[in-house]
Amino acid sequence: MSAADLNKAISENENVMVICGRMGPMCIPVYGIAEELEDDYKHVKFYDMEFDNPESYIIRNLPEVRGFMGIPFTVYYKGGKVVKATSSIQTKEQVKAILNKEFSAVVNA
Amino acid sequence: MLNKMSAVNHYDAIVVGAGPAGLTAGIYLSRARYKTLIIDEGVAGGQMVLTHEIANYPGVESISGYQLSNIMKKQAKSFGCDIKTNVSVSGLDLNGEVKELVLKEGSVYSANAIILTPGGRSRTLGVTGEDSLKGRGISYCATCDGDFFTDKEIIVVGGGNSALEEAVSLTKYASKVTIIHQFDHFQAFEYAVEESKSNNKINFIMESTITAFYGNENLESVDIKNLVSGEIRNFKTDGAFIFIGYVPNTEFLKGKIELNKWGEIMVKSDMSTNIEGVYAAGDSTAKRFRQITTAVGDGTIAALATSGYLNELNIKQKQNSLA
Repeated sequence: MSAADLNKAISENENVMVICGRMGPMCIPVYGIAEELEDDYKHVKFYDMEFDNPESYIIRNLPEVRGFMGIPFTVYYKGGKVVKATSSIQTKEQVKAILNKEFSAVVNA
Repeated sequence: MLNKMSAVNHYDAIVVGAGPAGLTAGIYLSRARYKTLIIDEGVAGGQMVLTHEIANYPGVESISGYQLSNIMKKQAKSFGCDIKTNVSVSGLDLNGEVKELVLKEGSVYSANAIILTPGGRSRTLGVTGEDSLKGRGISYCATCDGDFFTDKEIIVVGGGNSALEEAVSLTKYASKVTIIHQFDHFQAFEYAVEESKSNNKINFIMESTITAFYGNENLESVDIKNLVSGEIRNFKTDGAFIFIGYVPNTEFLKGKIELNKWGEIMVKSDMSTNIEGVYAAGDSTAKRFRQITTAVGDGTIAALATSGYLNELNIKQKQNSLA
């Protein structure tokens, strides 16, 4: 996804999760988790972005990811604003906890 | 017995773990027309997914761990195997002819046989600051995060092949790499030791361990304890890569099956455990070598032994119903 696509996505959707990474060991599990949660979290839009694509500046330059030194950078937007960002691999439980906390509706996925 | 009030899905065999051992067992059992379910608390592929390039899997010149995992998963599914990923086991009853398994979300599954292939995970140091600074200077994957440390001074913790090979690869980015190891010698193969020793960007601190990580936004320093003198000193660093081996994912099996003192599952040559109808395979079992090929071999043996067990059980049940 490009920077313009992301801007469009966060302006058109209330709840957005973006995983910015590579097809590597720490990223693949997070992509897999997002894919599995997509059906249960219909009120959230899930996107991924190539970390090595120059367009990913839109994620890499966020103040919320300053100090991050592990991919993927996972960013959660609510109403166009960043409400949470994580660095490196996460478990399904960690991702679900963030989605439930930041995006209200609790889902027993 | 576990709560049987919930909906029960019965299988001939349930495989706990979707790494190469579990997927292989799933392929063999499903192809033999046994109704099989594989479950995993992560994604299919296990530790194999974490491998950037596999160059020693016979018959395949070079492939990524992710690709090989997907092929195995697809193969298992093509024979009718059910696979559920990112699910955790919250209850397990291995005794009796019918084994039961409860997932954290509440669903209950039963099977006539179980194959345990939970694999392992990277060992962590478990010291102050490690959790909070993960992804902020502490990493377990050089391929993933190495470029964040360009022109920075970093440490690598460990003394096996992974630690030394990754330390050498990290010198492509870092200006200085200090290897910290708890013994006075390395466990790595000689070629890896020589390569790291001949690299002028690499230094060594032996017979020492990390006791704490410090930093606000990022990792800034570590406490290093000399294991001979007991002296602790603070050491400035921009990053820490930890490669100190693996631990078996067998916590949920404690008290339910025979484990050795390292938490590895004890198996016989046919991969059977101390409980009838329960088999185990792969990195979580007690053995010396842990490779994708050995996991595949273990998974094959476990599946064939399970097939034999299910066949005998079937004959026994038929005889009982006729009696």
